[in-house]
Amino acid sequence: MKKIQVLGPGCPRCTQLAAAVDLAARQLGLEYEVEKVTDISEIVNLGVMMTPGLIVDGELKFQGKCPSVDELKTIIA
Amino acid sequence: MNWRRDWWPLALIAAVFLGFYFLPVASPLVTSSIGEALALAQWYAREHVLTCLVPAFFIAGAIAVFVSKASVMRYLGAGANKVLAYGVASVSGSILAVCSCTVLPLFAGIYRMGAGLGPASAFLYSGPAINVLAIILTARVLGVQLGVARAVGAVLFSIVIGLAMHFIFRREEEAKASAQASLPVPEAVRPLWQTALYFAAMIAILVFANWGSPGVGSGGFWQLMYETKWWLTAAAALALTAMLMGWFGLRWYKAVVAVVPAAILALLWPQYPALAFSAAVLGLSVVIAPDKSELGEWFSESWGLARQIMPLLFAGVLVAGLLLGQPGGRGLIPPEWISAAVGGNGFGANLFAAVAGALMYFATLTEVPILEGLLANGMGQGPALALLLAGPALSLPNMLVIAGVMGWKKTGVFVALVVVMATISGIIFGSFMG
Repeated sequence: MKKIQVLGPGCPRCTQLAAAVDLAARQLGLEYEVEKVTDISEIVNLGVMMTPGLIVDGELKFQGKCPSVDELKTIIA
Repeated sequence: MNWRRDWWPLALIAAVFLGFYFLPVASPLVTSSIGEALALAQWYAREHVLTCLVPAFFIAGAIAVFVSKASVMRYLGAGANKVLAYGVASVSGSILAVCSCTVLPLFAGIYRMGAGLGPASAFLYSGPAINVLAIILTARVLGVQLGVARAVGAVLFSIVIGLAMHFIFRREEEAKASAQASLPVPEAVRPLWQTALYFAAMIAILVFANWGSPGVGSGGFWQLMYETKWWLTAAAALALTAMLMGWFGLRWYKAVVAVVPAAILALLWPQYPALAFSAAVLGLSVVIAPDKSELGEWFSESWGLARQIMPLLFAGVLVAGLLLGQPGGRGLIPPEWISAAVGGNGFGANLFAAVAGALMYFATLTEVPILEGLLANGMGQGPALALLLAGPALSLPNMLVIAGVMGWKKTGVFVALVVVMATISGIIFGSFMG
């Protein structure tokens, strides 16, 4: 079970990333759960300043961008 | 029915119903105000959308994609040079905060994990005021002086506010153990001068396309610039195309698709430059949108901003037109109220504008049409600047978020500083403007 966290206070790019991650994980056939972290203090505590950010199984993958679904597949696989 | 969840829409529907039930439709003031709102929206649609807002969205999108944020963030990290951090924090809003929704996480990050309270406060104050869309639209609609005063005032006073916050809370700052942010590593894609020229070409398009007539009878250089402005715009557009082909991997046949229709329209109907301009924008969009790499990202970023901001701006223009009228007209609010509250350049008028701006929520860019209406109804230039400085930086909802990050005491001091600084800069600017 992969734990995927999407960090962002609800800006359009964050929603876009959440949807793209969902799609990528489903296309890969992963067993996963997506958590949206929207509280700013919590986002900062996780070490992210530029939203949206992505954490997979506790590891920060990137921040401040919204990659394409294809790129996301290689990131979360 | 779920009362807990549905009371809000029910109240809204009831309020709208009651509003229309008792709406004095026959009253000449109401009908004329509705006419004013439509006229203002038309003026925006004709004068500001195509040549000003559309290129501005492309520039903002390009900043989001092509300017390396990570290289800027290095100067705001925990180990950064403190003096430099204030300077960078005060101006970096224009690069880091293309849209106002990214300001708060960055503020929280700089405060908790980066350069600390001072630079974070400086960033929070100047960020929303100096994002490129806000400056471009302010300068275009409200005049270059107010646009420049807004940018310069925001930058200068953000440093003052940052230093004051640091000084007031210096003891707590020393005690605070700061966590280290994991900053992304900057990835260099192309030399800086290429990126700089690319932005220069886009800014040239924006500036030339919006070049105003210097007025009847004034000859010389400005008149010449005005008469040749579409040639200059076209030259900048061709330069941009060449750069996209040379440095951004745009294929030549795609460039042809983008350029040729615009050129044909420009030659056939030179008296309607809007046609050629629209064709060029459409052509550019069509060839870059399906791109898989940076260019496609540029388009989706620009479009994302437009989709997010345009509906709010449209609503803002209609509301401003309804309540305040277009310049020269009048809306529902009597002009005497406005000139009584914020007319002239007194201390009271500036303070009132600063406090009102700090409490009110302005969606990105909507401060511009609202302020335009207020100015037309007798608001002074000084209070206008005070509102522009205090407005986008603060609102009741974002005060709650800021308080969640740094506590009520610091938030209270920050709000007080913003109000004081906005008032002072309003008075100074107002006395310069006479």
